[in-house]
Amino acid sequence: MKLESIHIKVGLLLVLVVVTQKIFAQNLNTGEIHGNFQLDAQYYNPDSAIGAQAVPEKFLMNSFTNLIYTNGDFTAGVRFESYLNTMLGFDPRYVGTGFPYKYASFNRDNFSITIGNYYEQFGSGLIFRSYEERGLGFDNAMEGVRVKYTLMKGVHLKGIIGKQRYYFDKGAGIVRGFDGEIALNELVKGFEEKKTKVFLGGSFVSKYQVDQDPIYVLPENVGAWAGRVKLNRGGWAIYSEYANKINDPSSVNNYIYKKGGGLLINTSYSQKGFGINLSGKVIDNMNFRSDRTAQNNDLLINYLPALTRQHTYNLAATIYPYATQPNGEMAYQGDITYTIKKGSKLGGKYGTTVLINYAAANGLDTTKLASGLGYKADYSKLGAVYYKDFNVEIQKKVSKPLKFTLFYANFVYNKDVAQGKVNEGIVYANIEVLEFTYKFNDKHALRMEFQGLQTKQDHGDWATIVAEYTISPKWFFSTVNQYNYGNHVKAERLLYPIGQIGFIKNSTRVTLGYGRQRAGIFCIGGICRVVPASNGATISISSSF
Amino acid sequence: MKKIVFLFLAFSFFKTYVFAQKQEHVIPSVDIKKLDGSTFNTENIKNDGKPMIIDFWATWCSPCKAELNAIAEDYADWQKETGVVLYAVSIDDARNVDKVAPYVNGKGWEYVVLSDVNGDFKRAMNVNNVPHVFVINGNREIVYQQNSAAPGDDKKLYEIVKKLAKGEKIN
Repeated sequence: MKLESIHIKVGLLLVLVVVTQKIFAQNLNTGEIHGNFQLDAQYYNPDSAIGAQAVPEKFLMNSFTNLIYTNGDFTAGVRFESYLNTMLGFDPRYVGTGFPYKYASFNRDNFSITIGNYYEQFGSGLIFRSYEERGLGFDNAMEGVRVKYTLMKGVHLKGIIGKQRYYFDKGAGIVRGFDGEIALNELVKGFEEKKTKVFLGGSFVSKYQVDQDPIYVLPENVGAWAGRVKLNRGGWAIYSEYANKINDPSSVNNYIYKKGGGLLINTSYSQKGFGINLSGKVIDNMNFRSDRTAQNNDLLINYLPALTRQHTYNLAATIYPYATQPNGEMAYQGDITYTIKKGSKLGGKYGTTVLINYAAANGLDTTKLASGLGYKADYSKLGAVYYKDFNVEIQKKVSKPLKFTLFYANFVYNKDVAQGKVNEGIVYANIEVLEFTYKFNDKHALRMEFQGLQTKQDHGDWATIVAEYTISPKWFFSTVNQYNYGNHVKAERLLYPIGQIGFIKNSTRVTLGYGRQRAGIFCIGGICRVVPASNGATISISSSF
Repeated sequence: MKKIVFLFLAFSFFKTYVFAQKQEHVIPSVDIKKLDGSTFNTENIKNDGKPMIIDFWATWCSPCKAELNAIAEDYADWQKETGVVLYAVSIDDARNVDKVAPYVNGKGWEYVVLSDVNGDFKRAMNVNNVPHVFVINGNREIVYQQNSAAPGDDKKLYEIVKKLAKGEKIN
């Protein structure tokens, strides 16, 4: 570009800025802009002991900024994302910078229209969920149009159409859908005060993708529907959703012409000091994507939650994590929270909470079929074990400054299925954790975790010690030391130390860290991210304004 | 060049509207759910001119739960002294959403608990990750926010709530 033309462009730009500011300052002076910002970056050292390779750029960074403008019924927003270059552990197709998310929406009376990008969910997501997990690099935002309408009190309708985000591009298929939800007690006169609350919902979603396959005739339109009901009475709640999908041959189901189905049931009861939750599900051939060739976490239209406890202690959460197998799974879970009363013998002065959880996931019991339908499933039987988890947690406050938690878990983990490995078999592991927090005064506190994991399989035994010192509300200092002392390969009995310092000022948080990060799998909900081993210095900044 | 223009415009807007304006930041209006499954618009987060706390949390977030459990011990006193109401907004998705009510009751929380199952309210409030706590004045304006939870932070929150209840200025 010639210097002259740059001058002209910059001049024009300045005029534009002044004009827009004048105009908007007059007409839209009640509007507000808010947003948030996050940056994560790492300087990488090669570390051959843990298998951390040299990174050619040495320094990698992911960051995003959201800006939302609101003025009465009108909202508009953009997200600027930059991957310079993508940090290890994120999909390398996130590269460079751009504005992959932008929208405008208008709400008035009972009507809401969004154009551009949006996130939406029908029911529990069995046939449609568009969402983001920025920490995992997952984002299947829709780009198109969404309309929401409250037809009358207690009747909510939603319609969506669009293409899904595919890194800095869009997927090949078009996704269309409709959802209706009725709150019976609000709709029917005389039911408002009834103790039993009833909610009914139904949705239909269809994707279109042209068939260019030279051999097979593939359905270009694939429809899925789901129905759901929720009942509440006193402390009781029951939720159930059933979904069905027509034949949808794709690369992830090996191009079979079988229909898909899913059933989710959840029952819970709670009263003060006690809560119980029982849930079960069957998932059969429910991989639903807007491109039949998509793999991994790409272009997912639906969301199939794992019915397992979402663990928080490092060794329990990141060494053997489990996500739903969308091609077929039967799972059930029971969960109890019980608080022993204050003042009782076991409750002590402050009460004691006991949490018990059991979850199991199995494959389907299937018979192969010679036809294009692929297989037949017998729901009266369980297939291969995928995952079992029994865990107990006891939380107790001993005195004003001291509280502790004891945790135990027993895992049975089918590594081949859960991590897509071959012939690594089943891992049996025990995990124990002791955590305590001691408050020196209103500002200073020390929290420590002692974690152990024992297994004869896989990488053997692990120990972890976490120490975190906080000075409320501004500072924290932490160290995490992980030691793979029981590795069957002597040379891999390594220590992984990490130190961090964090500074918090209101809604801004800055964290600096240095150390060795072991390879692991980080999951939120049904999505997992494989993080390779690394060594180096990290910085993380997060801010809302 | 286009991107630079866009960025520049975005920044100039930002400058005009954030810095030139009074410090008001009102709670946006988004449809989320109550624990019984009914639709709840966040316009209904209000408290007759008295202060409020909005606390984003999840059943899988240990520091969130530690802070909410710490507040729960003193919540009755806080309410008596200042009339404050705490809205605990769970961002648990379909995997854990049905565990929220059993946990809340199992712990005996007296908060107004809401469920933001697909992160719509979280996005509208510019929350990056949990824990994220807002203190709201009687005019439904955000006067303080904190993106962390450490032991003792509950005391800091309560100091702000007390100031608001007395009609004193924050900072």
